[in-house]
Amino acid sequence: MAQPLDADGLALPASAPAAGAMAEAGGLHRAHRWWRRFARNRGAVFGLAVFLAIVFMALFAPALAPYDPLAQGVGPANQGPTWAHWAGTDSFGRDMLSRIIYGARIALAVGIVSVVIALIIGVALGLAAGYYGGWADVVIMRVMDGLFAFPIIILAIAMMAVMGFGVKNVIIAVAVGFIAPFARVTRADVLAVKEEPYIEAARLGGVSSLAIIGRHVLPNVTAPIIVQAALRVSGAIITEAGLSFLGLGPPPPTPVWGSMIAEGRNFIVMAPHISTIPGVALMVTIVGLNLLGDGLRDTLDPRLRR
Amino acid sequence: MVRFFLSRVAQTLAVLFTVSVIIFALMRLIPGDPILMMLGDDFSQDAYRRLQAKLGFDRSVVVQYLIWLGNILRGDFGDSYLNQEPVWRLVWEAFQPTLVLVVASLLVGVFIALPSGIIAAMRKNSAWDWGSMGFAIFVYSMPGFWKGIVLIWIFSVYLGWFPAVGYVAPWQDFWNSMWRLVLPAITLGTFFSGLVARIVRSSLLEVLDQDYIKAARARGVRQASLVYRHGLANALIPVVTVIGLQFGALLGGAVLTETVFGIPGMGRLTVAAILNRDYAVVQGAILVGVFAVVIVNLAVDLTYAFLNPRIRVA
Repeated sequence: MAQPLDADGLALPASAPAAGAMAEAGGLHRAHRWWRRFARNRGAVFGLAVFLAIVFMALFAPALAPYDPLAQGVGPANQGPTWAHWAGTDSFGRDMLSRIIYGARIALAVGIVSVVIALIIGVALGLAAGYYGGWADVVIMRVMDGLFAFPIIILAIAMMAVMGFGVKNVIIAVAVGFIAPFARVTRADVLAVKEEPYIEAARLGGVSSLAIIGRHVLPNVTAPIIVQAALRVSGAIITEAGLSFLGLGPPPPTPVWGSMIAEGRNFIVMAPHISTIPGVALMVTIVGLNLLGDGLRDTLDPRLRR
Repeated sequence: MVRFFLSRVAQTLAVLFTVSVIIFALMRLIPGDPILMMLGDDFSQDAYRRLQAKLGFDRSVVVQYLIWLGNILRGDFGDSYLNQEPVWRLVWEAFQPTLVLVVASLLVGVFIALPSGIIAAMRKNSAWDWGSMGFAIFVYSMPGFWKGIVLIWIFSVYLGWFPAVGYVAPWQDFWNSMWRLVLPAITLGTFFSGLVARIVRSSLLEVLDQDYIKAARARGVRQASLVYRHGLANALIPVVTVIGLQFGALLGGAVLTETVFGIPGMGRLTVAAILNRDYAVVQGAILVGVFAVVIVNLAVDLTYAFLNPRIRVA
């Protein structure tokens, strides 16, 4: 890729008067530069737009949805798209569009909350394993290896068997599945950062381990963690949809994309829209998140740029 | 090579150990008394105590784990709570259709991914590149279970070309089996092709950027010959690893694909067992599934080492 070399982070404006203002201006400059690079990636911008649209849909679901998503018989059952029901109705005569709009809430909630939980736990474990090394490292990383061996959907199925069904449990199940990748990514970067002279200097200066980790190590390993988080949100949403499709997700009549697709399977001959339309919503979301994640990876983590 | 081999085997054993502890712990966390569940209607104080002693449930957790592990290693996965059939037989019967589906999908995936990845790399930034990479991200992002339903809708319901559901083992009626496998294998295989095509492309691009390729190009070797004779052999080494690493994702995808196409595999077995609270089967199925993933990873790593002299010699 013949891109002009850019000196990231080195281009602080020389004329800035105070150190604080200089750092701030440098930060802004860097953010602007990053945005310009991000905006060049059309797929990533499309992904960001999709993501923002889904967030908007989830936040304002009550205002956007034309009908109550749980109300039965708001239209004739199994009717395809009409002016009154843009996405048609399901077998209970519920408005599909309203259910899809509300479904965005659960998809996003599961996607974001589970990834945040996995991030917090995984990063903490990765920091501990990487920074302290020794037995902490061995024990933590062997457990992570074990967790990593589970295909995410299979681990989630096992967890649902243990915990029972429901949105909260889906979030926990998906979160547990994603701890290992965060721990691995964090540990790998901590190992590299740990050897830097400034860490050594802080240690010799008598700064406590926790302070070093918080103030010096963590800020230097955030980029790959953010990239990992962005890439995992779509995985979390697809896992939730898979669990719901199998009937192991939030119980009916909760409007969830996965179970809507599953319900429609029985009506595929006479009312194919029941399965296909929620699937389109799910797919657009996943494509958007994957493009956004790829874009963030390419712009935030230049090592991975191809 | 021997040292590499031994260290990888040791690592694998460590992972298998951790996996077994995780599954054991998960199954112990299930609310309710497993002995009560196993006894079902045959409950009596006496029977309860006998089964408790037999399973070692009156001993410490560590002893319980060791007894459990010992049974597993001897191939005794216990009996289904539901119909008293040995779990290993249920799992073995369900594992075959899943494996058939996974292998068929792998072939479909590689069959699509190789040409599209190569074309994308050879004509970088052309319409071919954009098209095949767009297709890759599209099929990769499509939820498999939904893709399956859409394929059924188009090819079974509308066109009537393929059966919508059902499974026949290839060793029973080969052509019938293949015919029924087409839609499930395309469902899962295209997902896999999306993953692999991107790796083929970036790996080939990286190799084509190496000095020996440039030197060959300077000597006037044609582009096609460069790619096929010089580039591809080296570019495919990382692809082999990715195929191995994604075996877990394929198995996970198979669980959902099976459900769509009514294939009596591991996914159906596990989900039915969860809904029936038949935890002996859940445990056996998950254990076998994850062990298979770990073993395949080991096999691929060793193959990789064999293909890559830098590791073979080290």
